[in-house]
Amino acid sequence: MAIEIQPLEQFKIDRLIPLHIGGIDVSYTNAALLMTVAVALVTALVVIGTRRQALVPGRWQSLAEMSYEFVADMVETNVGHDGWQFFPFVFTLFMFILFANFLGMVPYSYAVTSQIVVTFALAAVVFIGVTIVGIVRHGFHFLRLFVPQGVPVVLLLILVPIELLSYCIRPFTLSIRLFANILAGHTMLAIFGGFAASIGLFGIFPLGINILLVALEVLVAALQAYVFAILTCLYLSDAINLH
Amino acid sequence: MDLSSAKMIGAGLACIALVGAGIGIGNVFSALINSVARNPAAQGQVQPFAFLGFALAEATGLFGLAIAFLILFVF
Repeated sequence: MAIEIQPLEQFKIDRLIPLHIGGIDVSYTNAALLMTVAVALVTALVVIGTRRQALVPGRWQSLAEMSYEFVADMVETNVGHDGWQFFPFVFTLFMFILFANFLGMVPYSYAVTSQIVVTFALAAVVFIGVTIVGIVRHGFHFLRLFVPQGVPVVLLLILVPIELLSYCIRPFTLSIRLFANILAGHTMLAIFGGFAASIGLFGIFPLGINILLVALEVLVAALQAYVFAILTCLYLSDAINLH
Repeated sequence: MDLSSAKMIGAGLACIALVGAGIGIGNVFSALINSVARNPAAQGQVQPFAFLGFALAEATGLFGLAIAFLILFVF
């Protein structure tokens, strides 16, 4: 009767096409497959959505337009007009994470964003990119970001290291937030699934909870993509507008 | 006490982080309800911020979970 369920087994990476180049394992894994699918779906949505541009949009076109306007609005309000050149970056980031999260919610697929290496790579790109943008835009003045205005010099001795530290841990908080949300959500679903499977007839209760949890996880999947994108916008705004 | 039981205790202790996350999420939504009750017209403006705050507050609890996983599976 007792069915053994390993809640963490769903995060196992399988090599679909083993491939070694110069001693480095570059196998095509199930995570890579899901990332490819996510990129293909985003591309398909935007390409199909903009292929026939009607004045009264159809389903695909309005979906593409809605996502465009959503991100455009986010960039406009948070970064301002100077941030417009980074709109493609934020849009790509948002759509990729959104689709990766939603694809992870499909049963028996794979949640790519539950791998810290994926989210950390994204966050590192954001962090390094934002720093470079700030330095290119403001040069040495960029360091003013770490010095709050109108603060006594004595307090600066404490505040500057804190600001510097909080700037440097950004890639970690950004990546761990996304990774931990998806990991915890999927683990929780598997644990409640394990309850439902192992206690027989009374398993209907954990099953009911699980259905509600799936709804919560869909919300979290969209919300975390939004949070990642909006934090990217805020960091960009820091680098471009210097507070 | 051997290492594995110490690990279990440590992972359990890491879950105390959820206290803060719970308080934070409660605060966020109580503030949302307060502001919407005072000015229902502002709902559209404050709701995105509420969900942003919810996601950020929830994430702090999950950092504790990440630590629990680190303790259990990495060390």
